[in-house]
Amino acid sequence: MINLYPGTPQEILRPAKTGFIVATLVAALLLNLLPWAGWGLWVRPDFVALVLLYWCIDQPRKIGFGIAWVLGLLMDVADGSLFGQHALAYTIVAYAGIVLHRRVQRFSMTPQALHVVPLLLLNDIIVLLIRLAAGSDYPGYWYFLGSVIGGLLWPALSFLLKLPQRPRFDPDQI
Amino acid sequence: MEHTPPPFFKTGASPLVRLMIFSALSLVLLAADAGYKYLETLRQVAAVIIFPLQRIAAAPASLARGASDFFTAHSALRAENAQLRLDIMAAAAKAQQAKGLESENMHLRTLLEARQRIEDRSTLAEVLYAARDPFSRRIVIDKGAQHELRTGYPVIDGSGVVGQVTRVYPLLAEVTLITDKGHLVPVLNVRSGLRSVLAGTGVQGALELQFTALNADVQKGDQLVTSGIDGVYPAGLPVAEVVAIDRNPAQMFAKVLCRPLGSVTNYTRVFVVHAAVVIPPRPEPEAEKAPRGRKAARGSKGG
Repeated sequence: MINLYPGTPQEILRPAKTGFIVATLVAALLLNLLPWAGWGLWVRPDFVALVLLYWCIDQPRKIGFGIAWVLGLLMDVADGSLFGQHALAYTIVAYAGIVLHRRVQRFSMTPQALHVVPLLLLNDIIVLLIRLAAGSDYPGYWYFLGSVIGGLLWPALSFLLKLPQRPRFDPDQI
Repeated sequence: MEHTPPPFFKTGASPLVRLMIFSALSLVLLAADAGYKYLETLRQVAAVIIFPLQRIAAAPASLARGASDFFTAHSALRAENAQLRLDIMAAAAKAQQAKGLESENMHLRTLLEARQRIEDRSTLAEVLYAARDPFSRRIVIDKGAQHELRTGYPVIDGSGVVGQVTRVYPLLAEVTLITDKGHLVPVLNVRSGLRSVLAGTGVQGALELQFTALNADVQKGDQLVTSGIDGVYPAGLPVAEVVAIDRNPAQMFAKVLCRPLGSVTNYTRVFVVHAAVVIPPRPEPEAEKAPRGRKAARGSKGG
């Protein structure tokens, strides 16, 4: 892999475990299901979309449209919203992540976050369009705040999710 | 197409094709759900799958609540106890009056051969979480079809109507709050006896009295109770209080803003009333010719 930032060393990571991917997705679903209310609701990023996007960019061979779609359906049921609105949004976000993964992987954290914010906004806009078509009111600009915060969380998220893949050095072994 | 070399690695359909397939599936689901409500069984199954996750997610909040209950100060408890004792005294006096009135009422009703008001059973439910969806005002409670809840049951708290059960899962139920956009409650103004329809605006803590004539007898501070003509909400439950009236002669109707009395935003427990409302038979067609009758019928349909 070409290193665009020669100053920063590139690590060789261990492969991601499927079990870990599933666990993080379930954790994201849990975070989404927390009883958010009031302003918490506005600043809450869509954790499922965020983690899904992370794995689509990082491990596009291990995660796919089927998982994104099922997660979307579960979110729809949990929210009691129209069946398929999150499913459609997550599918499109997963597609964008899989198509862009080679490009995004080569950037450092800040430009990566700048790639992620528009994708999360796309997720919001798809849900918004479906809701407007179904007859809801436009909720205001605050609606998009969660995605920006999701972008801010991206560096921390990728640090956390990469932890199990970092090689463990054992000085006694060598 | 025939001249493209075979792929080195088998990777299945291309991402674009998969995107098309799954998007089409989602759109079919959307259309089927929005237009025909075909998918309630699928929804029930998925709801049971995520039920444990929902309980786990709701656990920290209830744990924190329990902890704060545990660490309540002794003096606070004593003060609350004294206050409660006073309240009980006041309530007892009222209850005795009410008993007298009830028997009197029953007697009068039998005299009038009117329909007896059925005493409604109610279930105490805990609010698992409030609407995470910025588009609608809904809460999810921890009682469902297993506890004999049905759609349409009104949900109240200590101070007034909170909403209505709109979707029942085996172990959970979804309650649409009265502030949800498009949710209607037929109400009665306690002071003037004026009947009208209270509509949710979708904005937290704001309700609007619909179709109020410019010269209607509505004042700031008026209490609104359910009128019971919709067959959903039992009559006489407090709903809202008028907070502002804007009588603009350029408009057809006055704009009457109300505030819900039930704490629609901060609650932990609510009552679901198993309202056994018997809808009276439809009036004869002649009655519908009168404009007043038609208006009432339209209002009752939406609730």
